[in-house]
Order: sequence, then structure tokens, then C-alpha cells
Amino acid sequence: MVLTMTKLKNEHGLSKPNEENRLARAALNIFARQGILIVFVIFLIGFSLFSERFFSADNVIAVIRQASIIGVIALGVTIVVIGGNLDLSVGSLLSCCTVLVVDLHDILGPFQAVVIMFCAALVIGAINGYLIGYLKLNSLIVTLGMLSAIQGITLIYTGGQNVDIQNQSDTWFTFFGRDYLLGIPVPIFIFIGLGIITEIVLRTTSYGRKIFSVGGNPTAAIFSGIKKNKIVFSTYLISAFATACGALILGSRVMGSQNNVGQGYELLVLAGVILGGTSLIGGSGSAIRTIIGVLILSFIQNGLLLLSYPYYVQWLVTWAVIILAVWFDIASTRGRLFTSY
Amino acid sequence: MSSTVKKIKKTSMLKKLKKITFEQPIWLFILLCVIGFSFSSEYFFDLNNFKNILVQTSTIGLIALGLTLVMINGNIDLSVGAIVALSACLAVDLQADFGMFPAIIIGLISGVVLGALNGLIVWKTGVDAFIVTLGAMIGIRGLVFVYTEEQSFFANDFAFSDMGSSSIAGIPTLALILVGFAILVHFILAYTIHGRNTYAVGGNRQASIDAGIRVGPNIVINFAICGFLAALAGVTLSSQMGAATPNLGRDFELWAITAVVLGGTKLTGGVGSIVGTFGGVIAIGILRNGMNLLQVPSFYVLVIMGVILITVLFFDRQVNMRLEKEVGR
Repeated sequence: MVLTMTKLKNEHGLSKPNEENRLARAALNIFARQGILIVFVIFLIGFSLFSERFFSADNVIAVIRQASIIGVIALGVTIVVIGGNLDLSVGSLLSCCTVLVVDLHDILGPFQAVVIMFCAALVIGAINGYLIGYLKLNSLIVTLGMLSAIQGITLIYTGGQNVDIQNQSDTWFTFFGRDYLLGIPVPIFIFIGLGIITEIVLRTTSYGRKIFSVGGNPTAAIFSGIKKNKIVFSTYLISAFATACGALILGSRVMGSQNNVGQGYELLVLAGVILGGTSLIGGSGSAIRTIIGVLILSFIQNGLLLLSYPYYVQWLVTWAVIILAVWFDIASTRGRLFTSY
Repeated sequence: MSSTVKKIKKTSMLKKLKKITFEQPIWLFILLCVIGFSFSSEYFFDLNNFKNILVQTSTIGLIALGLTLVMINGNIDLSVGAIVALSACLAVDLQADFGMFPAIIIGLISGVVLGALNGLIVWKTGVDAFIVTLGAMIGIRGLVFVYTEEQSFFANDFAFSDMGSSSIAGIPTLALILVGFAILVHFILAYTIHGRNTYAVGGNRQASIDAGIRVGPNIVINFAICGFLAALAGVTLSSQMGAATPNLGRDFELWAITAVVLGGTKLTGGVGSIVGTFGGVIAIGILRNGMNLLQVPSFYVLVIMGVILITVLFFDRQVNMRLEKEVGR
């Protein structure tokens, strides 16, 4: 990271348009574009040098499995952010959905519980989408209000108590969180599978291109006949759906739930999305890079724990990594390290 | 060009009237709340209860004052909750070594330094303030845990908790601190060059740069003030309890943002006032207090607060759209 930055500085100082520099510039361009990937690899190498267990298959699978809940939600939030908005309500929506699916499991049975949970999530997503897409209210404030409201609804529903599933042995509901396919945990399949689907939708379908254009330049998007309201509305449905998937994994893994289990998730999710290089202004971003962003945060956490640092040291490292990553990204497009004013 | 100027002049009287009524609808809301709660609870309309409300809101209020400056500047500060915890832990823990006042001052300085650091990063790197302070929110919470090693502190010196419950001339000290700083920040914002520059930078950063305003220092100073007030909120909060825990102040940033937005400050920057923010703070305080007195379960309060936030935003938008049409834009 530091090395590449000094390189950037030098490059800016000695920028001469000759042949020798062209190669360096191309290399720099790769650094700038794939900076986050390089940081990721450096972290992986660094940790595996100091800890033998870090790069073992067991550990890597455990980390990705842990990351899958935040990761799945982050995929949905990525789409919202590409569309030029924010979603802070995912944390309490996660609490709400997990509580709902766990509580209804014993009352109605697993299938009905899952269906109702997804319906509830989509209703809340639709409310968000209507307020932000059609009434054009500020997304930060609306989802902040929803964060508070959904947390309240969850608490009212549970009466402040925690819920759990009584008979944990003979239900297929454990499949999403605890089972393995081909020796790999199911959450990883859900996480990576949804990631690939999201990336394909974003890159190859006209719907994906519309999301990018709505986030990049809303006015131009409207003038080119894109129904902006509808697109923004749909991004919130997707975000709510992704959160419901996260709740499915979480509920099935824990088979119980506290009523504030998702508290603070919204900002962790956002940290992963930002680390993946998705611009908060909208119009750029990618699902694969969000996956990398989330994985970086998880591997930092895991690596520092394996090196026997206390768990809160990861927060300090996260602070530095987030700001440096975004700074580096901005500096490379700006062409200089610091702002000019 | 000239026709629009004429139009603006013609409608200026009307606009002024509408401005008073609509720009800060929060005061109207407060009036309605006070009337409503007074009729529904016999304990509400009472001088002691009003003092109580001021004390209860002093923490969120102080944070919201600083946040108003930052948000008028077109930025946002999510790290205030973590700064509250850090300054509270420093102020309580260091009392044993340095005495009460030096410890409090160290706590306040930590807030100023971290606020200024946020501002400096926003200025120099050009990274969006949301991202910078989101990172800082996570990182400063890490600092708190590194410092406290997950332990809670309590103040051995009872003078500290006495300060939190003391009153001057019948008015609680914490309420006086809130009102005093509200007046001070209002003065800075409304009557000083720094205040005018704050609006200018938030309204149009590029134009402010072109006009020769020192945009960077302006941003840094506002972040430093915000950090200071958050740290002060941490000190007052810990003096209320005589103790500090590393988890103090979680979600405070969200409450403070709610108060500031209820007060009419725009997230895009350039618009807002301390009078409005104070109204937002009082509104939250009155709602919480009134619903407590009516024995509404605290779970419902969360829902009601969320709904009110969105509703205020909705009406604010409608009013603004109407105003814009009348000005002829």
C-alpha cells in the first residue's frame, strides 16, 4: 500500500509522456484499478507468513462461512448504492426477519415461516422503495427512520424476549446454516451463488445497465426513457430480499435469535461495500468486488485473532484500511494524492 | 435574469411569512406535543419536568449542536458516538491519577483532536465525510476498547457525580451547559465570518474555493468543534452516572442526526440553523418524556420516532417544492 502510494507520488512528479513511462503508467493503472485485490493478496500473504493455521482449508472455509451473512446483505446493498442511494435499515431488518423466521418455525412449520419471512422483508423493502423511489425522499433519513421503526416493531413482536427453536434435531430448516454440500458449507454456496448472479445481472442485462445509469446520472437516465422511480423501487426490493437471505442463514445457523441481533450490521455491511470500491455517489461498483471487500474485513478479523490480538484491534485496522483504500481509489482517478484546495 | 429577480422581490413578503411558518415546522410540532401531553398527563406541564427534559436531552443536544455545523458544511460525522465513549472513559479513569478537572480537560482534548483528524482527512484526501467518519466510528470504538480493555470505570471522586446532579440558581447545571453552548454555537454560526463561510462551503464548495474562502481549515474547525461537543456530551453523560463503559454512546450518532434533520438542516449542506436543531432536540426530548409519562412501552417509542422522522421529511419536501414553485425556479 505504502509502496504503491510513493510510486503514485513519483509518477505524478516525473510525468513525462515518453515510452519508458508508458509501461510504468500501465502498471500503475492496474494498481489503481485492482488496488483492493492487491491489498487483499498482501493481507493473505502477510497473515499466512505469521500463522500456519491461517491458510489451512478449514480456516479459510470457516472465515468465508462467517462472512456469508454480511456478504449476502452487502450484495443487496451494493445494488442500492450503485443506484445512488443508501440503505441503513438492513441491520434491524435482519433482526426482524431472523426473529420472525425462528419464532414462526415452531408455530407454523419451517416452510410457512420462510415464506412469511420473505414476504415481510419484501413489504418493508417496498415501503423503503416507495418512499425513496416514488416520493423521492432522502434515502439516508428514510432508512434511518426505518432502522428505528423496524427495531421497535421487532421488540413489540417479541415483547423484548429472545426466541429459539425447541426441537432442533428433526427439521430441514438447519439446511441453510449448518449443512454441507460436497464438503462445503451451504452458506458459502448461497453467498457465492448470489454474488455470481448479482454480477451477471449487473453486467449483462439491460436491468443492470439501467441501475448503473440511474445512479450515474439520474437526469440523463430519465431523458433516455428509463423509469427511474421503478428502478430505485426495485433496488430496495432486492436489498430486502438479500437481507432476508442473510436472516435465513443466520436463523438456521443459530436456531434462535436475540431481538437485536442485527444491530450495527448496516454499517459493517456498508464498510464492506465501500471497501469493494463501490462509490457512494452511485453509478459504479461491482458485486465481485463487494465480495472481496467483505472477505478482506473477515480475513483481517480472523488473521488478527489467530495472531492472538484482542478482537477489538481489528476495528483499528479496519479504520485504516477503509480510509486508505478509498483514498487510494480517489487519488488514482484524481492523479494526485492530496486535494488542491 | 432580471425578471426572476423581480419575481423574487414580489413574492419576498409572502415567502418570508411562509418561511417563518414552514421553515421550522418543528416548533409548531413541539407546541402541539406540549398541548397534547399536558392534557393527557397531569405530571407533564410542570417546571421540574421541563428541567428534567433539558437534562435528559443534554447529551444528544450537545452532539446535535456540533453535528449541525458539520452538516451545514455539507459533511456528516458518524463518529460522535464513539467520541462520547472515549472522552467519558478518559475523563472518569484519569481522575485517579490527575484529579477531576485535568481528566475532564484531557477527555475534551481527545474529542477535539479526533474531530480535527476527521476534518483533516476529509480536507486533504477528498474522501467523502460519510466514509471517513464511518471508518472513524469503527476505529475510535476500537481505541476505546484498547484503552479500557473492556472494563468499566467509576469515579472515586463524588464531586464528579455531584457536578452532574447539581444546579445553579435552581436550574440544573447540565441544562445550563446545553443552553449556554446552544447560544454560543448559534452566535458563531449566525454572526461570525466562520459561520458565514460554513454556509458558503456547504452551499457550493467549488464556488467557495473560487471566492477565496479557506475551505479546508473551515471544514477542519467545524469537525473539531463537533468533536469537542461530542466529548463534552461524553463528560456530562458520565457525570450523570459517575461511571463510564466502553459501550457508551452506541447509536447516539443516529439520534443526533435525527434531531438535526428534524430541525430542518439539509443533508446536502448550506441550509440549517441552531434554533432549528435545538427545536429538534427538544422535540425528541418531549416525545420521549411525554410517552414515558403516558406509560407507552419504550418499544413503541422507537416506531413512533421513526415514523415521525419520515413524516417530517415528507412535509418538509412538500413545503420546499411549493416554495420553489413560487420563487419561479
